[in-house]
Amino acid sequence: MSIGASWYLVLAAILFTIGAVGLLVRRNVLVMFMCVELMLNAANLTFVSFSRSLNDIGGQVAVFFVLVVAAAEVVVGLGILVAIFRRKSGATADDAHVLKG
Amino acid sequence: MIHAAFLIPLLPLAGFAILVPFGRKLGNPLAGWLATAMVAASFVVTVVVFAGLFQLAPAHRSFTQSWFTWFAVDKLNVGAGLLVDPLSMTMAAFVTGVSTLIHLYSIGYMEHDEQFPKFFVYLNLFVFAMLMLVLADNFVLSFFGWEGVGVCSYFLIAFWFDRAAAASAGKKAMIYNRIGDAGFLLALFLIFERTGSFQYQTVFARLGHVGQPSLIAIGLLLFLGAVGKSAQIPLFPWLADAMEGPTPVSALIHAATMVTAGVYLMCRISPVLHAAPDAAHVVAWIGACTAFVAATIGCAQNDIKKVLAYSTVSQLGYMFLAAGSGAYVAAVFLMLTHAFYKALLFLGAGSVIHAMEEEQDIKKMGGLAKLMPVTAVTFLIGWLSIAGVPPFSGFWSKSEVLLNAWAVSPALWAIGAVTAVLTAYYMGREYFLVFLGKRRWTEARPTGDGYGGVRGHAAAEADRGGPGAALTTPEPVAGGHGAAPPHPHDPGWVMRLPLVALAGLSLLGGFIDLPFHPDFDLLERWLDPVVGANLLAHHFGLGQEWGFALLDAALAITGVLLAAALWRDVVERRALEPRFLSMAWYIDWAYDHFVARPGETFAAFSAAVLDSRLIDGAVNGVATVVRVGGERLRRIQSGYVRSYALGIVAGLVVLAAYVLSRAGS
Repeated sequence: MSIGASWYLVLAAILFTIGAVGLLVRRNVLVMFMCVELMLNAANLTFVSFSRSLNDIGGQVAVFFVLVVAAAEVVVGLGILVAIFRRKSGATADDAHVLKG
Repeated sequence: MIHAAFLIPLLPLAGFAILVPFGRKLGNPLAGWLATAMVAASFVVTVVVFAGLFQLAPAHRSFTQSWFTWFAVDKLNVGAGLLVDPLSMTMAAFVTGVSTLIHLYSIGYMEHDEQFPKFFVYLNLFVFAMLMLVLADNFVLSFFGWEGVGVCSYFLIAFWFDRAAAASAGKKAMIYNRIGDAGFLLALFLIFERTGSFQYQTVFARLGHVGQPSLIAIGLLLFLGAVGKSAQIPLFPWLADAMEGPTPVSALIHAATMVTAGVYLMCRISPVLHAAPDAAHVVAWIGACTAFVAATIGCAQNDIKKVLAYSTVSQLGYMFLAAGSGAYVAAVFLMLTHAFYKALLFLGAGSVIHAMEEEQDIKKMGGLAKLMPVTAVTFLIGWLSIAGVPPFSGFWSKSEVLLNAWAVSPALWAIGAVTAVLTAYYMGREYFLVFLGKRRWTEARPTGDGYGGVRGHAAAEADRGGPGAALTTPEPVAGGHGAAPPHPHDPGWVMRLPLVALAGLSLLGGFIDLPFHPDFDLLERWLDPVVGANLLAHHFGLGQEWGFALLDAALAITGVLLAAALWRDVVERRALEPRFLSMAWYIDWAYDHFVARPGETFAAFSAAVLDSRLIDGAVNGVATVVRVGGERLRRIQSGYVRSYALGIVAGLVVLAAYVLSRAGS
């Protein structure tokens, strides 16, 4: 029995929702970071599913771009995290609100 | 030979071009001699071209000389070139001739001035611009010359710019002229729009296709330009103030040449005025009214030059009266003779001012005839000439104007006739006060003020000693400026020669166009190819011509006798010098109250209300909106990542909802 494309899409939707809710409700910076990755990969999964079902290679190409951007984003993001934790260990996202207008 | 015409304007331009860089090195008096030589050479070329033109058949006495295309845009093609015809050559001849004499005079008059070379730079530039105005073959090039003479007039009125009065007189002349020039410019636009050309001959050939309202508009707008340049009602007050300039400038620019440019323009556009009689009537009436008003003002002025200035305005009025009556030959004739006698009178006045150490009040002169015989005799010729006493030139030209005015309207003639009496009277008043009667200058001149500088004890003692004390020192002291009371004497030969030459011309200039017999009408036949077709053909019987000539002579002699009766040995006649006239009909006052003051009030209102409330309000309002908006929006920027994330998610939800709703439909 083959699994239909809709299953993949449903999974992607669930993953995206988990990521989005996690980003909103958690204060831990590292966890929020992982939630962002979760959302990115949910999007990737959607791309791949459609690529397969529509037989269009373009979706898989888009995934590569997303992966590259995500890798770059991880580098910058983790750098910022390390900098924040150096100043104050155990800091939450709310502690970093010095850019308040 | 006639193709040397291009040299006529170029020689003064060359003089200008040499004097700008080298004028200072040439210095005093060499710069003046160079400038004079250039204008004299231009005069010689003019005479040669004039003679060459004279030898041709009348129908062939007109040709254009194209130089180059000045600018061309689409259909607008404006060239630079000369139109040589009897009218332009007549103008060029007297402009260069009178300019040469006045340049020569200036070498003597400006002798002690520190800015001597600069004066001649301006004079040469002026002559160039004037010749371009006269000789141009199209309206735009004439306008170039028109503006050029205006600028030179400004420079030269304000020549002694460290005197506040001179500086502001220059500005005043500039502003009044600007009003007229606006009319000239509008006329240019209209001419091009209606005829598609600026060339005089092309425009005149196409006048048949132009509607009557446009013709009237063109005529009146060009006349507005002429009103500004030639100081007619209502734009005449600047000419009296222009007397702040050096006297040779007054003679050259504000009497003989530039101010007659307006009359020349009217003669040049005679086909337009001929085709639009309504415009011509306006010209004639404005001219007649100006002649009368200015003559009445001239009766009550005490400044030797202001009398002459108002008399110039009045004579220009006569010229416009002639042009508006369709008598272009009479206009040119009066312009010529006026150039001679008015330049003569101004130069005579300059000679008097020079001798009196810058005193200009005729009430403080008197009895100069014996001390300055040459000046007195030449001034007398000028006076009788402008008064219209036969056989002086003014008599012939003025009677021709009046005769033609009569043919158009007896009312115009009546105004002209009254003005003729007034002219003879106020010039007589000036002559009697300056040259005859008692000497008032020895005791009347206060010491230690004015331009003579501080005069020493000798002067004060002489003053205390009464008139006799000064009279016993007839010998001119070498370089006596400032060291002694004025001891007037005739100027040196460089100033005397122009006086004598102009006196000769004033005496004989009338014989170029005599009435009574067609063979005597030299000027009329000479100008016939240009204006002949546009003259209103008035034919007068011999009896009528004699009658009017005798009447004019009687009017002139009445004025002369009136002046003699009233002003011999009398200095003050309050009743004859009402404040209304010495204030020039309060026209300056009226402009001040009805134009300048409201203008200032409006400017103050603009500064206080329009600018600070409206303009500044708009600018500050924009800034306030941005600032307040920024302060409100600032609160969104909480610094909490989660609130930003919430915003993004909310946006996402909205977008998703929108896309899904679209997909559903």
